[in-house]
Amino acid sequence: MASSLLSFGSASPLTLLDPLKVNPRVGGSNQATFLGKNFIKTKKSFTRTSMAVAVEVSKFNELTMAPPDPILGVSEAFRADTHEMKLNLGVGAYRTEDLQPYVLDVVKKAENLMLERGENKEYLPIEGLAAFNKATAELLFGVESSVLQQQRVATVQGLSGTGSLRLAAELIERYFPGAKVLISAPTWGNHKNIFNDAGVPWSEYRYYDPKTVGLDFDGMISDIKAAPAGSFVLLHGCAHNPTGIDPTPEQWEVIADVIQEKNHIPFFDVAYQGFASGSLDEDASSVRLFADRGMELLVAQSYSKNLGLYSERIGAINVVCSSSEVAQRVKSQLKRIARPMYSNPPIHGARIVANVVGSPDLFNEWKEEMALMAGRIKSVRQKLYDSITSKEKTSKDWSFILKQIGMFSFTGLNKAQSENMTSKWHVYMTKDGRISLAGLSAAKCDYLADAIIDSYHNVS
Amino acid sequence: MHGGNDSHSSPSPSPSPADRRINALVRHLQGSPLDAADPCLAAAPTSAAQISVFDHVVRAPEDPILGVTVAYNKDPSPVKLNLGVGAYRTEEGKPLVLNVVRKAEQMLVNDRSRVKEYLPIVGLADFNKLSAKLILGADSPAIQDNRVTTVQCLSGTGSLRVGAEFLARHYHQHTIYIPQPTWGNHVKIFGLAGLAVKTYRYYDPATRGLNFRGLLEDLGSAPSGAIVLLHACAHNPTGVDPTAQEWEQIRQLMRLKALLPFFDSAYQGFASGNLDADAQSIRMFVRDGGECLVAQSYAKNMGLYGERVGALSMVCRSADVASRVESQLKLVIRPMYSNPPIHGASIVATILKDRAMFQEWEVELKAMADRIISMRKQLFDALRSRGTPGDWSHIIKQIGMFTFTGLNSTQVAFMTKEYHIYLTSDGRISMAGLSSRTVPHLADAIHAAVTKAA
Repeated sequence: MASSLLSFGSASPLTLLDPLKVNPRVGGSNQATFLGKNFIKTKKSFTRTSMAVAVEVSKFNELTMAPPDPILGVSEAFRADTHEMKLNLGVGAYRTEDLQPYVLDVVKKAENLMLERGENKEYLPIEGLAAFNKATAELLFGVESSVLQQQRVATVQGLSGTGSLRLAAELIERYFPGAKVLISAPTWGNHKNIFNDAGVPWSEYRYYDPKTVGLDFDGMISDIKAAPAGSFVLLHGCAHNPTGIDPTPEQWEVIADVIQEKNHIPFFDVAYQGFASGSLDEDASSVRLFADRGMELLVAQSYSKNLGLYSERIGAINVVCSSSEVAQRVKSQLKRIARPMYSNPPIHGARIVANVVGSPDLFNEWKEEMALMAGRIKSVRQKLYDSITSKEKTSKDWSFILKQIGMFSFTGLNKAQSENMTSKWHVYMTKDGRISLAGLSAAKCDYLADAIIDSYHNVS
Repeated sequence: MHGGNDSHSSPSPSPSPADRRINALVRHLQGSPLDAADPCLAAAPTSAAQISVFDHVVRAPEDPILGVTVAYNKDPSPVKLNLGVGAYRTEEGKPLVLNVVRKAEQMLVNDRSRVKEYLPIVGLADFNKLSAKLILGADSPAIQDNRVTTVQCLSGTGSLRVGAEFLARHYHQHTIYIPQPTWGNHVKIFGLAGLAVKTYRYYDPATRGLNFRGLLEDLGSAPSGAIVLLHACAHNPTGVDPTAQEWEQIRQLMRLKALLPFFDSAYQGFASGNLDADAQSIRMFVRDGGECLVAQSYAKNMGLYGERVGALSMVCRSADVASRVESQLKLVIRPMYSNPPIHGASIVATILKDRAMFQEWEVELKAMADRIISMRKQLFDALRSRGTPGDWSHIIKQIGMFTFTGLNSTQVAFMTKEYHIYLTSDGRISMAGLSSRTVPHLADAIHAAVTKAA
């Protein structure tokens, strides 16, 4: 992300036409000199006003066109493609087997309930909807968790994952000036933008091993150990984005050990709770492991994927502190960051979540729908694997497709191979080799298998 | 500034990492008062963080405006009155969801084809186009020339913040002039975005009106190109607006000095009851072909407070500049919240694009504005009939949701303590929180405060 600070050359002095002296209906000369100089121009619209004003060059004339977002730009390109076999495996939004967007039944029910009740639209408190904050913390840590019993968690509703990460990043910048955030190589593309804009320095720890298409665990541990004490370590709670590669439970224990040794602070990004394995509790086990050790930690949550609430922007930042008194102070400072950013968060998504989690019937329905979504993804993984291995004659190990978890898979295809996927096969994906399984249907697995095999073998 | 890995100074002083660790060590050796009192520390004996890493985080004070409601909620008195936050209340003292909003919501929920996919970074396209038309006028040449870029943001606050962040990165002048007084959150928004904040004279306590000469002097002595925050109508907190002639003089001066206008439009239609009338100040500036920014909020005029719906428009010299500006606005938004919330924007778009619903909205909006105007009249009459000393005509001259009573903080505290009336310490009352039933109580309180308290 590069928005460099552009400074203008000296603003040209402007010549103002004295409104009392100039007859605006008189057409003027049309000389135009190039940038940075005055020019006087008349246009029909000006002559209609009772006042002429010297036209100057735009104050923003030096501005460059920013590049399109690398992830969101993929969907734009897909939409423009007219090929009948085109496949969008770019953005991580869940699709049904018919490749349609999916609004959960339980969400529709909640929205109908909300409308029937005729609730008002008053401002939420800065920290968000209390019922939502309670529900989201319980969902994450478990109702019985000691961190909740002891009221040691500061929970503030945020604008989905991004907004929650941003609140935390701003908190880090203010209260831990100079502290670094360690992010995995690779990680979600927007992470570095968030820390850059918040003014928080970051560096990478090894994560993805292209040789195994798996986790470079030794590299990860070594880099976390090497970082200055008191660094923040950004961890994906489950379903790592973009690789789909998660540490095993044993590996999580070692990660926690190292973080404790170095007095680092764990910072979890949990965007797929329930979506990865199909079980809410299982997907929260990494976070709970750390919390149960009595560690202080930060956790950003998103309900975009697991409740399909993408555009409602609903999430939360949780800060687990060593005491409830500290948690209260931290919460007050998170509020102080939110107020000059957007004042208070949007109600609609928060109410949906609170209603779903708060009603035993809806909650159970949600778990079923989530199991279906996660199940469909697991089944296309299996189908893709089966398809590739039945066609592919070499001894290459494709089992990473089955071992990886969640919406995304790192195929191991390089940039040129990924580009071939798009240019030859009309399969849209990001250049890092990431595909979104959520955008794959069982019916298209064979076609995708052909595309992958071709790109892998015939392009370098 | 933001961007890159430079650390920039934080608004509040923080100890260095070394200081922090030394402090933690000292506390650890001395024994923190927390240890004895807090059972949870004993419960986590293996915790590496017996002294919290967040221990140096101090408690932030309650937000002054929202804190009024917190205090009000705690008060058990049956006659208590909340005139703090600017949220509209009915004659019965209840929050109001407009009928046309309910209708739009029902349509949205019933529409089976609707999905919840991510909006583009700049938000809902229809909403953006319709919002620009609403504020600039459907026939605006700036819109026809494609010189306007509009991005959906989180109500007024979000629009102001995104605009300010953009200016801090891409505009050569990093000072913004805000009126004295102004909404309390303005200075924080601009400060955090990286702009230096200065003030220009605005309110004249002697007349309880506009200090026009002071305003012209201060803007006249601002450096060329400086950014100037202007309340489009219904100035918050004073309710004092320039006249049309005064606006024209402000416009001339600002164009002479190449000052960049940044309008905050939070009350379009709510101030006078007429949407076009309340947009005249902005349209005057846009008509002359110059550039400006406009932050729009639908919190009050559509009663969509908690949905956080608003828009930032930038009127540029050319379509090419507008398109480049839009691309850079996206870079501000993506690392802040990625893309905006769909619900409120969909409600607004539904209403604005349907002629019948638009007219229904205008009727409901006018009713809200009229009720406030009638509260002003009733309060003014009540004070006159009590013979309360002083000139209270500003109550009916000021416009919009708020009245700057002119009461000082001692008098305010008195009213809260003795009469259970909650308002901000600057003497600002929200007329929207009054009803015919409660006006007498308020008039009594003001009368007492003026005659008894300093």
